[in-house]
Amino acid sequence: MDWGPLFTNSLEAAIGPVAITYCLAAIGLNIHFGYTGLLNFGQAAFMAIGGYGLGAAVVTFGVPFVLALLIGFGGTAVLAVLLGLPTLRLRTDYLAITTLAAAEIIRQVLGSLTLEPWLGGKDGRQGFAATVRDLNPFSGPVDLGIVGFRPFDAWVILIGWLAIALSCLVVWLLMRSPWGRVLKGIREDEDAVRALGKNVYGYKMQALMLGGLFGCVAGFMMGVSRSSVVPDNFQTDLTFFAFCVLLLGGAARVFGPVVGAILLWGMLNVLGNFFGQATSGPNPIIPTWIMDSNQSSLVRFIVLGIALMLLMIYRPQGIFGDKRELAIHAR
Amino acid sequence: MPAETTIDPATAFAGIPRSPGSAKSDPILVAEHINRHFGGLTAVDVEHLQVQRGVITALIGPNGAGKTTFFNVLTGFDRPDSGEWRFDGQSLKGMPAYRVARSGMVRTFQLTKALAKLTVLENMRLGATQQRGERLVNAMFRPRWRQQEKEITERAYGLLERFQLAGMANEFAGSLSGGQRKLLEMARALMVQPKLVMLDEPMAGVNPALKQSLLGHVRSLPDDGMTVLFVEHDMDVVRDISDWVVVMAEGRIISEGPPTSVMGDQRVIDAYLGAHHDAPLTVEEEEQVLREAEQIEAVRAEETRE
Ligand SMILES: Nc1ncnc2c1ncn2[C@@H]1O[C@H](COP(=O)(O)OP(=O)(O)O)[C@@H](O)[C@H]1O
Ligand SMILES: [Mg+2]
Repeated sequence: MDWGPLFTNSLEAAIGPVAITYCLAAIGLNIHFGYTGLLNFGQAAFMAIGGYGLGAAVVTFGVPFVLALLIGFGGTAVLAVLLGLPTLRLRTDYLAITTLAAAEIIRQVLGSLTLEPWLGGKDGRQGFAATVRDLNPFSGPVDLGIVGFRPFDAWVILIGWLAIALSCLVVWLLMRSPWGRVLKGIREDEDAVRALGKNVYGYKMQALMLGGLFGCVAGFMMGVSRSSVVPDNFQTDLTFFAFCVLLLGGAARVFGPVVGAILLWGMLNVLGNFFGQATSGPNPIIPTWIMDSNQSSLVRFIVLGIALMLLMIYRPQGIFGDKRELAIHAR
Repeated sequence: MPAETTIDPATAFAGIPRSPGSAKSDPILVAEHINRHFGGLTAVDVEHLQVQRGVITALIGPNGAGKTTFFNVLTGFDRPDSGEWRFDGQSLKGMPAYRVARSGMVRTFQLTKALAKLTVLENMRLGATQQRGERLVNAMFRPRWRQQEKEITERAYGLLERFQLAGMANEFAGSLSGGQRKLLEMARALMVQPKLVMLDEPMAGVNPALKQSLLGHVRSLPDDGMTVLFVEHDMDVVRDISDWVVVMAEGRIISEGPPTSVMGDQRVIDAYLGAHHDAPLTVEEEEQVLREAEQIEAVRAEETRE
């Protein structure tokens, strides 16, 4: 077993662009689910609108990069209103079903043949990150001792973590305010909040939109880090992994999504590397009748699933959650 | 609280006929022809009701009489099939619940709705209306709401002291006992600074010690210029604190009057005894019906002796 690369790879993954993307998506879900109690199962749709808003605006229509970002934000806001208008007056399950379906519809439409001239069909859009590339201050590989990144990756990671820091600051400022108090009240019992004269519907709409905007930023991050968006990036499991990140770190905690993202992607890589190494070579540590090297990359998801189940059983509030809050929830 | 002149119940009800739907000298709430059906069942069928300003009115009636549904309709939590109602001269028909509350008519719930994962203090602060910091544009900038938050917090502590919850201010509301939650819900409703407080079974599940203090709080509300309409099962409580009693049965208002005279009304006794003749009762329900009927009988016996 070669522990050095295992450790390095995992650390790189834990702070890399993928972890950043999921962290941002989970910050949005934290506003929806953690603070307001809204079940949005279509965060992938908000990310898709962000990614495609940016990609198509730049590549197809030649819009300047910054304006394309604004188009992405605008598109997400419109999507939030369209999803929220019919569902936010109903029980939260309706929002869950609607967002889940909408995310699939949007993914299919983005990849459709009809829209291929503009959105590129199954191949999506590529090469819209030139602006980001041009601004890259790193001319050579960045070596941080244990971990090292190629210049563009390092730049994207730097931007990503700045975005996360800013997002956490915004969430913290909002959730200590009376506005955040109303959201938490809605999560606990929306009728009680209504009885105190608050426009619950309006607050839910604001929360849906705001959380969606963080999803949009996650979509930008995903697109820019890969310099490409394709419909298959935005499958339903994207949303569910973002939920894993949130629950792992602890919902309704400002840093929950950050801790969750680092742990999830770190863990996935540790497991992947471990099983990969343990099953490779002529004389593998794990005999082939248990698993072969082809199966090893899937086994990590099984182990991860079991780990998540154990976490939910023994520490359902997540790594960061508050025990006191949980004790109440359990009664 | 606007320091209105306290209304003396005796004079307020002088010459008011003791009949269902009678006109009051100064009604704060007027309801007309309110109907609410659930499938074939008529839950509420109120022809006319006026609630006198500045006093405590009790709404009583056997289980399933439609009291909660009537509350829901009046406060915008449910829509009636037909009907009109005015609060302080303003029609509330079709008004969403949050605007009803803002207009000064605030209700509590039969099943207490303490916001469990918020602290007692945060529960209270949430009750204050017109908060600048509750607007998204201001929320991130504390200086824009810090002063108001301070004032709200002071007011919250004032009420918490009065309701003997100040010591629990920083506990999660979910850690309170059932009775304390009732206290909290009532105190929180007062944070809205309502004109009319509507309490749905405020004493249910409250232990005797707390009940006395809760009773005291309800009784003191008119002194602060508030009107109270409350649903209650305990006849002793009703007799103790209400100035006027309205009796509902099978959705209709069947009797109205001062507590003692209402409890001697044959229609009321019949309603309590007969309400469940066609439906099988659980043991608890049967006990409750019998208890209430007994209490009514006792009051009547007292009356005839006097
Ligand atoms: N949402 C509902 N759907 C169907 N029936 C209901 C509903 N709410 C109340 N009811 C019925 O309406 C009647 C009045 O109920 P309720 O207002 O709760 O009575 P009370 O509060 O006086 O005990 C009961 O028969 C009850 O079963
Ligand atoms: Mg009831």
